[in-house]
Amino acid sequence: MILFLSYLINGISLGSIYAIIALGYTMVYGIAKMLNFAHGDVIMIGAYLSFCATQYMGLPAVASVVLAVMVCTALGIIIEGLAYKPLRQAPSLAVLITAIGVSYFLQNVALLIWGSTPKNFASVVSLRSVSLMDGQLLISGVTLVTVLANIIIMVGLTLFTGHTKVGKAMRAVSEDKGAAELMGIHVNRTISMTFAIGSALAAIAGVLLCSAYPTLQPTTGSMPGIKAFTAAVFGGIGSIPGAMIGGLLLGVIEVLGKAYVSTELGDAFVFAVLIIVLLVKPTGLLGKSVREKV
Amino acid sequence: MTQKKRHSSTKMVPAPSQGIIPERDLSERPVLEARHLGIDFGGLHAVEDFNLIIGKTEIAGLIGPNGAGKTTVFNLLTKVYQPTMGSILLNGHDMAGMNTAQANRLGIARTFQNIRLFDHMTVEDNVRIGLHNQTRYGMTSGIFRLPSYWRGEREMHERAMELLELFDMQGLAKHSAGSLPYGAQRRLEIVRALATNPSILLLDEPAAGMNPHETDELMNNILKIRDQFHIAIMLIEHDMNLVMGICEGICVLNYGKIIAKGTAKEIQNNPAVIEAYLGKQKEA
Amino acid sequence: MKNMSAKTRRKFLTYAMVVLAFVVCQVLISQRLMSRSLKGQLIPICVYIVMAVSLNLTVGISGELSLGHAGFMSVGAFTGIVTGMWLSKGIGLENGTVCLVLSILAGGVSAGIAGVLIGIPVLRLRGDYLAIVTLAFGEIIRNVVNCLYISVDGRHVHAAFNNPNVPGKLIVNGPAGATGVMKLSTFPMGFVLVMFTLVVVLNLIDSRSGRAIMAIRDNRIAAEAMGLNVTKYKMMAFVVSAVLAGMAGALYGLNYSTVTASKFKFDTSILVLVFVVLGGIGNIPGSVISAALLTVLPELLRAFSNYRMLIYAVVLILVMLMTNNQTLRSTAKRMIPAKFRKEERS
Repeated sequence: MILFLSYLINGISLGSIYAIIALGYTMVYGIAKMLNFAHGDVIMIGAYLSFCATQYMGLPAVASVVLAVMVCTALGIIIEGLAYKPLRQAPSLAVLITAIGVSYFLQNVALLIWGSTPKNFASVVSLRSVSLMDGQLLISGVTLVTVLANIIIMVGLTLFTGHTKVGKAMRAVSEDKGAAELMGIHVNRTISMTFAIGSALAAIAGVLLCSAYPTLQPTTGSMPGIKAFTAAVFGGIGSIPGAMIGGLLLGVIEVLGKAYVSTELGDAFVFAVLIIVLLVKPTGLLGKSVREKV
Repeated sequence: MTQKKRHSSTKMVPAPSQGIIPERDLSERPVLEARHLGIDFGGLHAVEDFNLIIGKTEIAGLIGPNGAGKTTVFNLLTKVYQPTMGSILLNGHDMAGMNTAQANRLGIARTFQNIRLFDHMTVEDNVRIGLHNQTRYGMTSGIFRLPSYWRGEREMHERAMELLELFDMQGLAKHSAGSLPYGAQRRLEIVRALATNPSILLLDEPAAGMNPHETDELMNNILKIRDQFHIAIMLIEHDMNLVMGICEGICVLNYGKIIAKGTAKEIQNNPAVIEAYLGKQKEA
Repeated sequence: MKNMSAKTRRKFLTYAMVVLAFVVCQVLISQRLMSRSLKGQLIPICVYIVMAVSLNLTVGISGELSLGHAGFMSVGAFTGIVTGMWLSKGIGLENGTVCLVLSILAGGVSAGIAGVLIGIPVLRLRGDYLAIVTLAFGEIIRNVVNCLYISVDGRHVHAAFNNPNVPGKLIVNGPAGATGVMKLSTFPMGFVLVMFTLVVVLNLIDSRSGRAIMAIRDNRIAAEAMGLNVTKYKMMAFVVSAVLAGMAGALYGLNYSTVTASKFKFDTSILVLVFVVLGGIGNIPGSVISAALLTVLPELLRAFSNYRMLIYAVVLILVMLMTNNQTLRSTAKRMIPAKFRKEERS
């Protein structure tokens, strides 16, 4: 029982990281209707930036996170402007392949700068672990911070998209680009803004991910990125609460699957669940279905 | 069939069909029959209690103001949408549970309001797609070029050219469909639909965007199709000259419901229709 | 020859190109003019050509983005290895060519079965959802292979899941992959497989079934209204593509003494997709050329190996921008002489 609880907490912790990445994914997909494969690699860049800031520049942890967020935000805007914006009218396959290209690009730039040897990431969280049930159940500081960050981000984003002018513009653009433009919404700026937010979240997720799993290398972001996308699809792509639920469920399934069935098959479980969900409900748990116009 | 051998080229042919559509003499089995057909889109009754009978070789018109649900009716009849109520019978077969492809194989073919050709393919290949189910050779024959491949391809080619020739398009066979002028694209869509060997052809606004001369030609073509292929035709059209000219029965739709059925003359004098639709036309 | 259609002429030019390349390679080998490293690349080149052409059938001709093509390669590779080892060690079949042909067929059949099983759920989805699910299946296949233990014991083949205790000589050893594999693959067999693939794909495209597949890609609703069975033809393209990838996998697997499942990761699927995209989506001879060149290129650019993938990435992005952005495309067209301009879809 205690063991199960500790697995569950691990799962929630991992799931919260997936959820933060998935939030970025889902927002970008919702608005730009593109699968941003490079999202996972922005996570990796964020983690490396924070690592460099603390290791080489001697910045405090919090400052390193702020730096990572700022640089990743800029990176997100640049990637969108250079690689995706020219393809606004292009078929989705072209955009997807470009995104794969950007993903390769970021990974290989990281490989050239930081090498392929894994770096040992020092946790940015200095919070002490909380022990429950006479010390039988330990909840690490990183877990607490991750879960908290996830909740704050999710509430913040919901308020942002629901109540601010920019947030409403985002929803309008994701609903109908053409109509939004006619209503005087600056579509390109709104899409840039979405990429900026998504990338900022990716940076935070990267730092948290590496605080919990401290091996950092150029491919660190790709698997979590793919799984987070899975989470976003799972929850219903474009939906903020969906991304959160999808992320949490996926994290829990992965950890429990690894613990109770087979370490080798943990990832297979995650993907199997995704496939089953999509077959039962092709638009994900909270997704809306759209009727095709003939 | 006998009494329908009348018009060939003149427009505004009076169409004295045997009474209005549902009450017509039905000694021959109808081609298409819709009973209490309806569909809801999230609570909205897009089409409600739609009843219609179309006889063999009859030309029927479906008219109504914009948004009346005409294309939705076509989508229901061709099973693009599954009706939430009612049933459709094609040549006496219930179409419940069928998909679009099965409906087509049963004998219903259509064109689209916004042309849907296979733009990257040649004109001939577009027609060959229509002929797909008339030729039967499988994947293995195709890959390994077995005799049935050569036979099948030759038959398809001959039939496709025959059909194209009927509409004076044989010269365009090697052109890509997307590069054709608008009128030719509409014609090609009709040829392609005919290639599937239907017993009823649905035309969704075939005259849209055509000039009066092209519309005349279209009317002749529609009559020609009926006489040569012995099939029923149902068309949605806003051009009243065309509808009143060739349709033997007309059905008027407004807000998803049939408000009138009858011959051209009856429709023109129907107060409900005048109020909903034709009244404005007369003033103009 | 005169009344040959453009399509047919193009098809025979493709065959001629491959035959010529094979003859040139054979001459170079017999005259000892080919470097050792390039010689070692010949079979992988054939493998990747088959992979690219078969993926092009799914992505270009059928219009469904598959990100799990390496999964089928993996299924084919491991089936091929087990079949080959069983035939030679278990049954005692001496003739290497027969052994190889049977292994390749077995690889194709097993990948085809996997294709059917995966295709049934996958092809109900569309667009990006389909892409992500093919990716998911590719990863599942890799994970499952990592748990497989297969051994040959006399004439018997034993297999166990997640349990290394199987009697006899282990061939597939879980995460360590297949070890001690006999090198059965030969370059002439690679050539034959490439030709076979081209015949299958090019003839399929130019037949009733192929037209149906392309019609569904171009306008699904119109294709349905023409009475085409969408699921059937999507499945046909998907499974044929899987069979060919499985055959390529078997050829690949029997070319190395050790093969692990991680060889067929998501990255391999993407690599093949890059070949397809750079060769032109839907352009079969393009896939042949780009797969061959891009497989050799890293060997030639050994000095730049660190920058290799970076260059790949940049080229990939630029090609996509150039071919899909109106402004950039017209700029590029002005710079490239007319005869080199790439055609759109075949």
